[in-house]
Amino acid sequence: MILQAIMFYLFAVVAVASGVMVVAARNPVHSVLFLILAFFNAAGLFVLMGAEFLAMILVIVYVGAVAVLFLFVVMMLDIDFAELRSGFMRYLPIGALIGFILLAELLLIFGSWVIAPGVAGLKAAPLPANAGALTNTRALGELLYTRYIFAFQAAGVILLVAMIGAIVLTLRARVGVRHQSIARQLARTRAESVEVVKVPIGGGVGD
Amino acid sequence: MPVGLAHYLTVAAILFTLGIFGIFLNRKNVIIIMMSIELMLLAVNINFVAFSVVLNDLVGQIFAMFVLTVAAAEAAIGLAILVVYFRNRGTIQVEDIDMMKG
Repeated sequence: MILQAIMFYLFAVVAVASGVMVVAARNPVHSVLFLILAFFNAAGLFVLMGAEFLAMILVIVYVGAVAVLFLFVVMMLDIDFAELRSGFMRYLPIGALIGFILLAELLLIFGSWVIAPGVAGLKAAPLPANAGALTNTRALGELLYTRYIFAFQAAGVILLVAMIGAIVLTLRARVGVRHQSIARQLARTRAESVEVVKVPIGGGVGD
Repeated sequence: MPVGLAHYLTVAAILFTLGIFGIFLNRKNVIIIMMSIELMLLAVNINFVAFSVVLNDLVGQIFAMFVLTVAAAEAAIGLAILVVYFRNRGTIQVEDIDMMKG
């Protein structure tokens, strides 16, 4: 129990601190790296809560795909990031004010809320009583592939559309670039590439 | 004081606020704005999972997975648009992005 509390505070503090660094880092590459750290610690929080599958998905999808995508883009674009930061201090007070108000409101809500008494009857997919034998991954799979199969398929379609969209957006047909055209090379025949000319003596090949 | 639901919700609230704070702070840099949005989505996911565990109802985790999917799609499309915009304009300053027609 005490170990759990220690791990929670470790993960929470590191996640929040790296969240601060994401928005405050001078270099966007550092921002991305701190974002990765925040995701790792959030995955740790998920494991503490008992949602192991989601934790691993978070590491694979976010750290492995999204954060690396961010890293690629940040490094690919040749931008003067110092200039993008020029208004930093000017926006700090209003941002801090709004953030503080929002946080205060959220914490006020936490101080006063209760779980509604009838909520136990509203559970959509309560874990069975012998849930101890059921792993988190298996329980999720049994729910996802049965009752939420259509939502699951829709998620797949969303990913497909996003993939095609990203490709279509960034694909460009360059003109004036000399590519090797293998099809044209292979389609050449002897008839169109070699010509036997009878050269009259003293006349040359002039036409 | 044992770690309970309120602890996780507090962490999520702080992360969400940091996301909003980041949007205000870095309002010239689209990339950091997108990272702030990812941070906010992460906070939402923490909320989903925390409630799912406390209420012993798996649907919260299912929904968090869908949030993850949509966040990944959004990041891919957003970064693709950013790359195309940078290719055409040579800048990604938010203030310069004010034309409706390319």
